[in-house]
Amino acid sequence: MTILGFFNYWMVVILMMIGFYCVIARGNMVKKIMGLNLFQTSVFILFVSAGKIVGGATPIVREGVEVYSNPLPHVIVLTAIVVGVAITAVGLALTVRIQEAYGTIEDDHLGDDIDDEDD
Amino acid sequence: MIDNGILRVIARFLIPFILLVGLYIQFHGEYSPGGGFQAGVVFAAGWILYVLIYGLERGLRVISLRAMYLLSAVGVLLYAFTGLAGVLLGGKYLDFTPFSSNPHTAQQIGIITVEFGVGLTVATVAMLLFTMFARRRGEWLEALEEEQEGGE
Amino acid sequence: MTLLELMPFIVLIPLIASGIVALLPGRILPWLVTLIAALASAVIAALVLPVAISEPPLSYPFGNWPPPFGIEYRVDAANAFVALLVSGMAAITLLWAPKRVASEIHGRLGTFYALFLLAVAGLLGITLTGDAFNVFVFLEISSLATYTLIAYGKDRRALLAAFRYLIMGTVGATFLLIGIAFLYMVTGTLNMADLAERLPELRDNNAVRAALAFIIVGMGLKLALLPLHLWLPNAYAYAPNFVTAFLAGTATKVALYVMLRFIFTVFAPDYSFVVLPLSTVLMVLAVAGMFAGSWVAMFQIHLKRMLAYSSIAQVGYMVLGVSLATATGLTAAFLHLFNHALIKTALFMAVGCVMYRTGSAKLDDLRGLGRQMPWTLTAFALAGLSIIGVPTTAGFISKWYLVLASIETGAWWLVVLILITSLMAVYYIWRVIEAAWFSDRPAGAAVVREAPLALLVPTWLVVALNFYFGIDTRLTVGASMAAADALLGSGVGLP
Repeated sequence: MTILGFFNYWMVVILMMIGFYCVIARGNMVKKIMGLNLFQTSVFILFVSAGKIVGGATPIVREGVEVYSNPLPHVIVLTAIVVGVAITAVGLALTVRIQEAYGTIEDDHLGDDIDDEDD
Repeated sequence: MIDNGILRVIARFLIPFILLVGLYIQFHGEYSPGGGFQAGVVFAAGWILYVLIYGLERGLRVISLRAMYLLSAVGVLLYAFTGLAGVLLGGKYLDFTPFSSNPHTAQQIGIITVEFGVGLTVATVAMLLFTMFARRRGEWLEALEEEQEGGE
Repeated sequence: MTLLELMPFIVLIPLIASGIVALLPGRILPWLVTLIAALASAVIAALVLPVAISEPPLSYPFGNWPPPFGIEYRVDAANAFVALLVSGMAAITLLWAPKRVASEIHGRLGTFYALFLLAVAGLLGITLTGDAFNVFVFLEISSLATYTLIAYGKDRRALLAAFRYLIMGTVGATFLLIGIAFLYMVTGTLNMADLAERLPELRDNNAVRAALAFIIVGMGLKLALLPLHLWLPNAYAYAPNFVTAFLAGTATKVALYVMLRFIFTVFAPDYSFVVLPLSTVLMVLAVAGMFAGSWVAMFQIHLKRMLAYSSIAQVGYMVLGVSLATATGLTAAFLHLFNHALIKTALFMAVGCVMYRTGSAKLDDLRGLGRQMPWTLTAFALAGLSIIGVPTTAGFISKWYLVLASIETGAWWLVVLILITSLMAVYYIWRVIEAAWFSDRPAGAAVVREAPLALLVPTWLVVALNFYFGIDTRLTVGASMAAADALLGSGVGLP
């Protein structure tokens, strides 16, 4: 019961770990950004799960409804999604520029260059 | 993709509705779920579909890059100055109550103006992002072609 | 308008100005508007600080929605002090900017300065807000602007540095968001003051513990605390000089402030330091950071990287002050937060002057430069004295308080460690002085002139401030003590 009852949270943890693994282990920059997106999305689910009230309706005031879900987490998630979009955009823009400058977006191939002391 | 008849017809049919839905979400936002961000993205999606079918050049004839840049800043400023108006009329920042004697109307005026600013910015920034990436690719491909020609 | 009504404009002026600056054409006009905006918010911050020190916290509800329902700006001595630092540093570096930016930044300057203003507004917003989620939003605003500013660097490695900072910074900010999510789930509020009231009942809740851990790790990333510092050296080294000078003085400082706000105000100190072994963890990391940062700095041949590693060491000093968890320790942390901003900005400005003429920041290219650019390198040497902690400099004052705090808690060995790391600082500053004055200019090297006055005057202004705050400590020590008191509540040290 408890395991099923916390289904959302298990999914959050699983998604979060997949995303985090992707950020750490993948060398390809686009994959890193995808991992980052997954990581952030899991947090959005965490927030939305917290706002759900059992038996609550969508938070629009109308007749015949007494219990509403908490709208605040949705607002927060909306803002966080905007932030996520902005980060994805900046990340991809940087990736494009890196591709142009280096001809590759594999982080493994670029590792030596950045720590090089020669100017 | 302009040569593909199915795509062209469907897009022609869909684009007005996408834009309309965008406007609906924008201006009905204070009563039902919606608001500037969602509306802006939907509206921009309509334009992006147009560009995908008819090409970037024709898309830029509808709204130029300059105009997008200008409007995105104007949207932010609209938001900011609506907030300032609240201060100038004797309230707090983003305080809409001084706009009208009826608190309900006052909030409505404030929210609609602010959300219009948000919608404007989000729509133009989404278009701008798309244009930037699309152009970059075009330039890159051209540069690559030149390089190959020079190499041969 | 009362001061309370003016207070939110510390953030609003740069925020609104960024929208205007983005539209301005030309090369002078955007800079001028940016400077005016930064000066205006610095002036307001200076007016707010004395009031925040002497009176209870100022609270400004946005949209007139009373907190905890609306977002409020809540200003006490701690954030007024940090806000003054950020806006003041922005104004000073901007005075230095136009000459430097002209040769470093290509493309529209309106966009560049608009991004800079967004970064400033974001950092100021983080400091002033009293709402936990608002911290996240402003953090991301400033971070996004910062990633882009770093990518403006001429070197192509700037792109790579910006990308890595983006990945790490976003992970850090998301950790903060997870922490806030946990807090919201158990308390149902996002207002910091409200959270502080509700959390004591939830002492034994695991979600609260997890929240504290997530927030500390997240902010540790932004702060460049030792094992999480990897983004910093490259980001500082390859960013445009103007951006480095500004970031070195502000970004990590604001992250430290957020960490302190959560440790001390949101979670009471008797919670943070008891439930988690925070004191020990922070102390170990701080000392490790002090040593590792100084050690690596000693062997760098790239001047900006050397200063960046030194920054990691200096972050260690600040965190060490925090980990002592006493009023004096916290005062030392705030003092060093302020003084280090002055020191590092002065050093990076001097390096920027060198790079303006020689185009290189490598130690080898610096040989014999002392006789060709005497004013620039004297400024570097004097600011170097401050980072070593020679008496009559600002750096001495903060180290003095750090030593006092260590002795107070009976941790004599810390004093020894502080002295050793200061000696390491002597070494890496000495290497530069030796190269500049005691080596000959390599044969065939171009003859270099002194940096232009437009760069020298602001650099010397910051160096002079270093000495001013080393002698007249009323403002810094007074404000730091008030800030520590504000965070600790009663102003009494912990057991």
